Amino acid sequence: MPSIWSFPRITRRAGKVWQRNLNVFFKTWKVNFFPPFIEALLYLTAIGLGIGTYIGTIDGVSYIRYIAPAVLAISAMNSAFFECTYGSYVRMYYQKSFDAIIATPLSIEDVIAGELLWGATRSVISVTIMLPVLVVFGVISLPFSLLAIPLAFLGGLTFAGLAMCFTAITPSIDTLNYPSFLLITPMMLFSGTFFPLSVLPAIFQYVALAIFPLTHLVALMRMATLPSVGALLPLNIAWILVATIIFCIISINLMRRRLIV
Amino acid sequence: MPDIIEADDLTKTYNEIVAVSHIRFSVKKGEIFGFLGPNGAGKTTTMRMIECVSPRTSGTLRVFGMDPDTDPARIKQRIGVVPQETNLDPDFTCQGNLLTYARYFDIPPADAEKRAENLLAFVALTEKRNTAIDKLSGGMKRRLILARALINNPDLLILDEPTIGLDPQARHLIWERLRLLRTQGNTIVLTTHYLDEAARLCDRLVIMDHGTFLVEGTPADLVREQVGSEIIEMDNTPEVITCLADLGVPYESFGDQVQVATDASRELAKTLLDRCKTSRVSTRPATLEDVFLKLTGRTLRE
Repeated sequence: MPSIWSFPRITRRAGKVWQRNLNVFFKTWKVNFFPPFIEALLYLTAIGLGIGTYIGTIDGVSYIRYIAPAVLAISAMNSAFFECTYGSYVRMYYQKSFDAIIATPLSIEDVIAGELLWGATRSVISVTIMLPVLVVFGVISLPFSLLAIPLAFLGGLTFAGLAMCFTAITPSIDTLNYPSFLLITPMMLFSGTFFPLSVLPAIFQYVALAIFPLTHLVALMRMATLPSVGALLPLNIAWILVATIIFCIISINLMRRRLIV
Repeated sequence: MPDIIEADDLTKTYNEIVAVSHIRFSVKKGEIFGFLGPNGAGKTTTMRMIECVSPRTSGTLRVFGMDPDTDPARIKQRIGVVPQETNLDPDFTCQGNLLTYARYFDIPPADAEKRAENLLAFVALTEKRNTAIDKLSGGMKRRLILARALINNPDLLILDEPTIGLDPQARHLIWERLRLLRTQGNTIVLTTHYLDEAARLCDRLVIMDHGTFLVEGTPADLVREQVGSEIIEMDNTPEVITCLADLGVPYESFGDQVQVATDASRELAKTLLDRCKTSRVSTRPATLEDVFLKLTGRTLRE
């Protein structure tokens, strides 16, 4: 029995699972492409223009420009996290798709790696749909904002890995609600998304920097869209990279433990 | 040439519970080999070890001469699996299921389309090509799973309860297709609860219980060796029981019936009719079901 830290053997066959999910996604592309588009519009008008009227500027940046990168980061988080919790759980448990696939030359490691890649791809798709809306609103600057796309992939992979850890240990689909509202919702609010972390007591700032992946993704997205390099750039990048590697490795090993008996 | 499957001392335990215990068997090229046994006997566990999806605890196992622990992808490339549980992909149509599955085996798209078309015809589902999975009947789903298992032209086909829950028409179609596959040189391993199915299809079979093999052989040999050629059935009355005991004829009674296994039914039936005060004495050929019940008992399994 490999430990949860052992490096999984993944082959290029993982791409076939990714491709399967992509095919399913594009079969219903109209309903899938709409939500990120609407989400961007709603956030920007309600919070950016609405609440933003009362706020004016944060650190010398207009409020709508301040939250624009957060909207991208939150969407990247949600896309990957919900794809690799509820989406993967349905495929694993209800559809028995993983069982069907591991009867072919693919290994369980290939399957989970494909799912993780697909989760990150969902983030890329969401962010890519949102970018034109933000450009039209004139709240992000080009061309540096295009860095949001690779960032969406990296951050998406972080949240996909985190999500897959929960999927691997959840007893049922209902218990996936816990990480959703105990982790994802607080993270959405307290990661320097709609207000700077600096207004919070120091302890909250440290917690957000230490355990919330979104804090780092928002910071990186903001550097890209303003554009302006922040003081914590090396920390943000290092944190995301290390967390992504750890989450992905652990999630694959936990899944192997759950499914290969 | 080595056998398709060679297992020796094969054992599988799940958290202290022994599911398969020190079994030894080999499956030759071109034969249909059956695993029979009550629920929980270890049949599915054995299939899963051969399919390289469940690692063995101890013993040796070789499929096509390769070890499932070290060469799973190369083994699985040459195997077709019909699982007990229907796990077709509900996000695709019938054809979509076959094409998506073909991709897992690295079959080029043009080739896959041709194979999918042939296989849909093979299982009589051509007209359902573009139908969603949830619109199929149980029998159609099983047939589609058979087609899916054949998409990679497998050298070895593994079927776990292939006809479970099917109507007679669908069962016969699947049987006929399996026999056709055998004539084309395929090797087939199957598990089943249906003794008539095993008797019709299997060249050789094993009866398993509690993780070990009870007997192994051809269906006809097993019936002859274990039970005899015929079964005499009578009503279960005290008179009949006393009479059989007096005659010294071994019998088995359960419910409202008494059964006597014999090789000379005509003489014995006549004797019983003359000597025992019973209105009903009927004889029938012994079947695999008699062997099965004799070996595994009549107690209900979970």
